Amino acid sequence: MDAQPLQDVAERLLAAAKRHGASAADVVVAEGDTLEVGVRLGEVEKVKQARQKHLGLRVFIDKRSAITSSADFSHLALEQLAEDTCSLARVIAPDPFSGLPQAEELAAQIPDLDLYDPAIDALTAEQAIAAARETEQAALDSDPRITNSEGASYSSHTGRVVYASTLGFSGEYRTSSVSLSVVPVAAANGAMQRDYWYSAQRKLARLEEPAAVGRQAAARVLRRLNARRMPTCEVPVIFDAETAASLLSHLAGAVSGYALYKRTSFLLDKLGQRLAPEWVTVVDDGTIPGGLGSKPFDAEGLATRRTVVVDRGMLASYLLDTYSARKLNSRSTGNAARSVGDAPHVAPTNLVLQPGTASPADIISSVKRGLYVTELIGFGINPVTGDYSRGAVGQWIEDGAFAYPVEEITIAGNLLGMYDRIEAIGNDLQLRHAVAAPTVKIACMTVAGN
Amino acid sequence: MTTEIISRQPERFFLERFGLDRSLLEQIVGGAIARRADYADLYFEFRRAQSLGLEEGIVKSASQHVLQGVGVRVVAGDKTGYAYSDDVTVESLRLATRTAQAIAEESSDTRAVSVHQTPPVHDLYALQLAPLEAPLTEKVDLLSRIDIAARRHDPRIKNVMASIGVEQKLVLIVSSSGVLVGDVQPLVRLNITCIAEEGSNRQHGSYGGGGRVEYGFLLEEERYLRFTRAAADQALRNLQAVDAPAGTMTVVLGPGWPGILLHEAIGHGLEGDFNRKKVSAFSDLLGQPVASPLCTVIDDGTIAKRRGSLNVDDEGTPTGRTVLIDKGILRGYLQDRLNARLMGMPLTGNGRRESFAHIPMPRMTNTFMLAGESTPEEIVRSVDRGLYAAYFGGGQVDITNGKFVFSASEAYLIEGGRITRPVKGATLIGNGPEVLKHISMVGNDLHLDEGIGTCGKDGQSVPVGVGLPTVRIDALTVGGTQAAS
Repeated sequence: MDAQPLQDVAERLLAAAKRHGASAADVVVAEGDTLEVGVRLGEVEKVKQARQKHLGLRVFIDKRSAITSSADFSHLALEQLAEDTCSLARVIAPDPFSGLPQAEELAAQIPDLDLYDPAIDALTAEQAIAAARETEQAALDSDPRITNSEGASYSSHTGRVVYASTLGFSGEYRTSSVSLSVVPVAAANGAMQRDYWYSAQRKLARLEEPAAVGRQAAARVLRRLNARRMPTCEVPVIFDAETAASLLSHLAGAVSGYALYKRTSFLLDKLGQRLAPEWVTVVDDGTIPGGLGSKPFDAEGLATRRTVVVDRGMLASYLLDTYSARKLNSRSTGNAARSVGDAPHVAPTNLVLQPGTASPADIISSVKRGLYVTELIGFGINPVTGDYSRGAVGQWIEDGAFAYPVEEITIAGNLLGMYDRIEAIGNDLQLRHAVAAPTVKIACMTVAGN
Repeated sequence: MTTEIISRQPERFFLERFGLDRSLLEQIVGGAIARRADYADLYFEFRRAQSLGLEEGIVKSASQHVLQGVGVRVVAGDKTGYAYSDDVTVESLRLATRTAQAIAEESSDTRAVSVHQTPPVHDLYALQLAPLEAPLTEKVDLLSRIDIAARRHDPRIKNVMASIGVEQKLVLIVSSSGVLVGDVQPLVRLNITCIAEEGSNRQHGSYGGGGRVEYGFLLEEERYLRFTRAAADQALRNLQAVDAPAGTMTVVLGPGWPGILLHEAIGHGLEGDFNRKKVSAFSDLLGQPVASPLCTVIDDGTIAKRRGSLNVDDEGTPTGRTVLIDKGILRGYLQDRLNARLMGMPLTGNGRRESFAHIPMPRMTNTFMLAGESTPEEIVRSVDRGLYAAYFGGGQVDITNGKFVFSASEAYLIEGGRITRPVKGATLIGNGPEVLKHISMVGNDLHLDEGIGTCGKDGQSVPVGVGLPTVRIDALTVGGTQAAS
């Protein structure tokens, strides 16, 4: 792949937009290669391979804007796209807050954040199949109660992203990612359980060993066997690191500038106020080298940065892009994200709950009677009020130790109350995902069962 | 538009657009199934989608997208090779075919395939005017009217977010079994969210609908106004909501959209892939009781103009009506081609995919329970203490252990046989193979939902429908915050 053509496509499209009456415009172009293999019970189940390209154009005609996308990069198609986009913008109401960022806000340089690994481009389907097989086999070999599998999958992606605007910005970066996952099924006493484990990285060499991923998945599914229901109660709830990250995702939704100006956030008017105990600090940092959520500039050409969202318990910053910042009379935090065909929105980059000092074992042993959550299902979050109610799977804790697995229960509360009652944070942070947290203990939630 | 034109148009459209001809397609599919493969198909797609969004009283956003490409699939035994390209040329087709074929072991042989136009079985959504062709200015105007109507409905409505999404999808499926079939699939959707405020209490309510219909559907019988009021009323009622109860209790589900219960609790568990692999809580339960005898559950892709309906599935099989549960007994699975063949079961027309970039899987279409004998009033009156759930957000299921959740966004307490106070949203959790056994009353008021459902599975989203009469479930766990005193 040659770097120049994509930026040329973007420039051509911007010029066409201007010819058709745009007062300003920006373009995102993305191109990439995907490989996905699936193995089940040792046999190859699927191999999927493709190269895809796509571009999105946003035009402004004074304060009116419209967005279009297409996969057709021919001269003729780009010309038509520019014309259609401008016609579309003309039917829209003017919005005084719309527009590109200020030129001086744009990233002055594009740092190399080590987001691309050529080894992933060189990966073959055979190698991917071998790794997926090894992962699944390790899970199946772990224990005779693991009797079945939904399979292991290995997928990789490499690509290029270009952003260019009529402010003169034109930037490009390459990314790669690779992931490995497996879903073993175990059975005991006529009932089945499934669980999963995965590893995802930008660098091939950093991917966890297939056998380790398989064994971890096996351990997770085995501990769910013979799960019981339990009586309704109010108890301390510990979220393991995987499920604790979801508490940060809810936070990210609520500090997004869009949720705030639309008044659909439970964190409205809470800036500068205490949200959680002083041992809670949450940082969004788009500049972590090799980070799964890192990027050198955001979807509007602004440099990404490190933003402390919760500073020792105080809500210190919202996450904003240009539009939502203008609506809130503030400045973008460089958190504009954009899938090719959509208007920019706000998204965290690498959003991380800073680790505490207690080990997960210490946190578990601090609970006399309580719940340790290992999986959550459903969408029971009210973004406006923070009301929280989700299906859960986990381990019942008696006298500081796991007593038995539990299922078919819900945990409920309100996110404001839950953040406020974070009693302990583990020292087990791993950046396994762009949104990451260590183990978290919440003093009390309602668990509904039988 | 006549049936004949609808069925012929996609083929002509794709062949002209990409400079292909039928004998070339036969050659490519024939090359794809060479020697070791059982089946191969090509899936051409051209989709145009448009969306308009209103917030804070003005239509601020407009977008239009064109998606096109081809997916090539080669199946050998239970192995699938898949390649796709957004660049549809003879070269890219040949390259994709070689890539997809690699899984069935490389071979340069070609098998002779002759494809024939498959006569259409259904014609479920022939339209005078494609929703994409309706003037933009009318859509912009409608959104503004919705905003005004919501605010006039009650001064506590402080913000309105509404969007109209329309699309037109053309597909052409060419398979090694000789099928050549096209379809033109329109889709319309209107979504409305209202924010109500009273002092520091803020709540939201959402409602919407649509289908494979003309844009004018939203205006008929002032449908858009009914949706607007429903969203506003939901937000207003939530202003008064008390904490939801926690624990296992009697739950009455209202008609229509609460049919998401069926989708999560049993629908996914009856998809052929999970049952062939025996990873579903319903595996090996065919012929067994899985519901009370009051329950008959159907998946039907042939209901005219519904969001979940299709003339043919994404493998070219005409959609059908499949009885999943007949008077409590498990009778059927939902199949795509691969799983039907491997299980030795009939095709049901449920092989669906999100786009040309995705491998087909067994998926639901419109899933609903047939009406029973009870009146909705009788059902509510029969409950001394319980929960009445009228509207839901999303749901999810763990296929393997059968546990499913769905989250009520509008619910009330039932006290002394009467619907009383609204309660805050809560997640309901149950066990798929058990929950329908607890259904003790089924209403005579079957409603299908308004046309807003989207189902996600293995990263693929497809439009679906659900339906339900009012039902009484004697025991279901409600995930509120108020433990019973």
